[in-house]
Amino acid sequence: MHNFDLVKPSSVAEAVAALGSEGAQALSGGQTLLPSMKQRLAAPERLVSLTDIAEMKGVCRGEEGLVVGAATPHGVVAREAKAHYPALAWLAGEIGDPSVRARGTIGGSLANNDPAACYPAAALASGATIVTDRREIAAGDFFQGLFTTALEEGEIVTSVRFPLPERAAYMKFAQPASRFALVGVFVAQFADGVRVAVTGAGEDGVFRWTEAEGALSADFRPEAVEGLSLSAEGLLGDLHGTPAYRAHLVKVLTKRAVAAA
Amino acid sequence: MPKDGGIGASTLRREDIRFLTGKGRYTADISLRGQAHACFLRSEVAHGRIRSIDTSAAEEMPGVLAVLTGEDFTEVGGNPTGWLVQSRNGATMKEPKRPVLAHGKVRHVGDAYAMVVAETYEQAKDACEAIEADIEELPAIVDMAQAVADSSNRVHDEIEDNVVFDWGWIEENRAAVDAAFETAPHVTTLELVNNRLSPNAMEPRASIGDFDSGTGDYKLYTTSQNPHLTRLLISAFVMGIPENKLTVIAPDVGGGFGSKIYHYGEEAAVLAASKRLNRPVKWVCDRSEAFLSDAHGRDHVTKIQLATDREGNFLALRTETLANMGAYLSNFATCTPTFLHGTLMAGPYRTPLVYVNVKAVLTNTVPVDAYRGAGRPEATYSLERVIDKAADELGIDPWEIRRRNFIDPGAFPYTTPVGLVYDTGNYHATMDKLRELSDVAGFEARAEESRQRGKLRGFGLSTWIEACGIAPSNLVGVLGCRVGLYDAATIRVNATGNISVLVGAHSHGQGHETVFAQLIAEKLGVDANSVEIVHGDTSKIPFGMGTYGSRSLAVCGSAMMKAADKIIDKGKKIAAHMLEAAEGDIEFTDGSFSVAGTDRQKSFAEIAFSAYVPHNYPLETLEPGLEETAFYDPANFTYPAGAYGCEVEVDPETGGVDIVRFTCADDFGNVINPMIVQGQVHGGVAQGIGQALLEGVVYNEDGQLLTGSYMDYAMPRADDVPSFTVDHSCVTPCTHNPLGAKGCGEAGAIGTPPAVVNAVVDALRRAGHDHITHIDMPLTPSRVWTAMQG
Repeated sequence: MHNFDLVKPSSVAEAVAALGSEGAQALSGGQTLLPSMKQRLAAPERLVSLTDIAEMKGVCRGEEGLVVGAATPHGVVAREAKAHYPALAWLAGEIGDPSVRARGTIGGSLANNDPAACYPAAALASGATIVTDRREIAAGDFFQGLFTTALEEGEIVTSVRFPLPERAAYMKFAQPASRFALVGVFVAQFADGVRVAVTGAGEDGVFRWTEAEGALSADFRPEAVEGLSLSAEGLLGDLHGTPAYRAHLVKVLTKRAVAAA
Repeated sequence: MPKDGGIGASTLRREDIRFLTGKGRYTADISLRGQAHACFLRSEVAHGRIRSIDTSAAEEMPGVLAVLTGEDFTEVGGNPTGWLVQSRNGATMKEPKRPVLAHGKVRHVGDAYAMVVAETYEQAKDACEAIEADIEELPAIVDMAQAVADSSNRVHDEIEDNVVFDWGWIEENRAAVDAAFETAPHVTTLELVNNRLSPNAMEPRASIGDFDSGTGDYKLYTTSQNPHLTRLLISAFVMGIPENKLTVIAPDVGGGFGSKIYHYGEEAAVLAASKRLNRPVKWVCDRSEAFLSDAHGRDHVTKIQLATDREGNFLALRTETLANMGAYLSNFATCTPTFLHGTLMAGPYRTPLVYVNVKAVLTNTVPVDAYRGAGRPEATYSLERVIDKAADELGIDPWEIRRRNFIDPGAFPYTTPVGLVYDTGNYHATMDKLRELSDVAGFEARAEESRQRGKLRGFGLSTWIEACGIAPSNLVGVLGCRVGLYDAATIRVNATGNISVLVGAHSHGQGHETVFAQLIAEKLGVDANSVEIVHGDTSKIPFGMGTYGSRSLAVCGSAMMKAADKIIDKGKKIAAHMLEAAEGDIEFTDGSFSVAGTDRQKSFAEIAFSAYVPHNYPLETLEPGLEETAFYDPANFTYPAGAYGCEVEVDPETGGVDIVRFTCADDFGNVINPMIVQGQVHGGVAQGIGQALLEGVVYNEDGQLLTGSYMDYAMPRADDVPSFTVDHSCVTPCTHNPLGAKGCGEAGAIGTPPAVVNAVVDALRRAGHDHITHIDMPLTPSRVWTAMQG
């Protein structure tokens, strides 16, 4: 790891100001950034820690749904979202191991947009709103490809607002080594229809399986997706699974999520 | 009832107190005054010719003390392989030089070609990045079949077909085996891959070189399973430092599984750098480096054929194997696929004709060497898989076909057609015990219950035999081994009766400090807590050939017994003098020397005290002191054996495999500490499950390691394994060592993989997937699902 400066602002405004300096990089739970730095794959000159900012932490039930502060660790979401949004809480509780859940944050996960991360599926399937220091971004616009988001240079995710579905469930099939999602499917049923978001499988990261959404909006039963098949085109293939295997898993997990919702 | 702290007692491991409270002292924990830090620059290409290495910028970097390259080691020797194997045409194998640092060429991703020593590790790492190497990339040789076929591309320029040897075992039997296949009523053929594994000991390797310019003595602190062998290799082959000027210390070591048996170039490099700088030089491997530089295990591609009659009686067996050596020959690389593999191909069966052919192939990958089980898991896997396939083809129950072919319990000593003499065993007994513990009768009901939940249940059986306690020296010498394979122990009874035992076998997780003390407590009738086990320091202990091959108890433990006999003999002489009796009348029982038929006696402590304060002592005929050393060179291998049963549930929708029951019935001979034996089996089975379901080193065609971290290399976690049923009540004691012990460390890793794969294939075939006869390990969900698609 190369040397760097660490600043720990206590407000969003201070953090934004600190990120304005040359070579600065936001640090949340550090679950991706710190290993990259240790391997010398990243060498920011200055890290701006977001985990001491009180206004970015906590889980709170609001009029428009559940608001989760971006610097809230997974373990806290798993506990505190349970009464309001069990599927989201369950997802958070299945990320990594206890030490990962004590450090990793929802904002860090969304901003990193790892194609195998779990949170992007929840955000996209819930039609969540990503709130930043300067604007609000719909989840559908936020995720823009592998490790790519709509965030501008120096822009900080401050919270995530989840509309609460009538029913929802997340199913994750773990990649055996990393236990990230080899495929993860989040199904959420709202009054105006069903949303199905898939992580782990897409070459461009998280995506919605619109065909399944249509079928499930008409008939919210596992059997409704039986006749569908997702094309393997555009899906990831690696030593843990071919695109065809991932396409198959998407369907299996969608059915299981519907059954569990 | 075993004596408290004696043989047969499940004494808690005394070493765990320091390990579990963070008081262990590992090489990385040692900081010597004035130590500098080393970092190695490793090749990023699999195969390349080194045109030039410009170290000038690196040398100017802050804190840099020295930059060494292969050029600095051209005057020293190479790291040898321990066994010279003969090809079947009589030619001696080819042995490429393995330099301390790569010279002329780099031969695998991770091959170290420069070393920087600096005041801090970060400075050394910074300077490594400033080294400018001009390396002409050459096509990578990754696939073994291609390596053999294409002689224009060579890992070592002087070895034209990349083949180190082409070994036939036993060559004289080849014609008879082939003839038996010509006429056999049934032949079962199976092609399989024994997947390459990365050992992943919890503690990465580390070494500190410490040269004393005042005395000219070298000290090496290192993560080694056998410090004496490392000293021997550095002295006799690599650096020429005489043994009396080199001390090798392996302090607490956090696991080895084989990977720390071997001498590695980094050890010689830190010694050389320490001498040059006149400062201690420390290197600690990081996990990414470990994936690229610790010896890997397994990596065989095998075709096995079993000839039988219609009743399933085995008539003949033959195998053809390509064994991957990687880019250089590591210390045990050549004996693992030969004398630890081919000699075990008879298994526990009385197959009359067996022929094994192994070609050892060089590739641009990390060197491959012995890994928990070493050769014997490969043999067992091939054999137990082909037997299941044969049973299926012939319509014979897997239990029955094995039972029909087992060596009869009355047939020992039994000479196999592959050069071993099994001294004792009872394979029927362990398999019967397994059958009883596995609740075979309840299987159908369990399978039905699984079906209700949409799961496919299967049962897999395997039996295994191992040759442990590698020996004897005169035999292995004939077979090409360059060292002897005995072990040694010194028992030092101190003046007040407590005991230091200096043992050759190093402990790095096995629990020797507890078990060896139990042996001495039982043998000398003393309190185990008064016995201290000393190991891991060549300046203290007499000699040792190391801990591997499940040999510590059978070989080093036997050396301890011999030394203890000498202590008792001398104690009797002292007692005879003190008790004014004839030596022949002195008996030693329960820690006291007595005159037979009387109540006159001296305690062990009194005898010890007298030996060091010899006021009333036969000084004219007996030296003072009570310290004895024994070397023990066994008469034969030991042959533990057993039977394993695995029950799996396969999720037909995802291909996921869940192990729901796992049962082991082992014959380890006499057991000293049942709790530790159970733990050894648990660990071995977990590793076997790792190989069967999860682990696999993967290179791409450019020789880049795709599984270079835990993000892609799947180690078994606690929730990947079930609660095991482990039994070792079947005992046929080893006939030729004083303990009757056989060894248990590798058993789990040997018996498990075929049991798991047999179970998965069984589950799929029961569910109607008749086209599936085999799936290569690791049986990942993706592979199982793909196989099910036909």
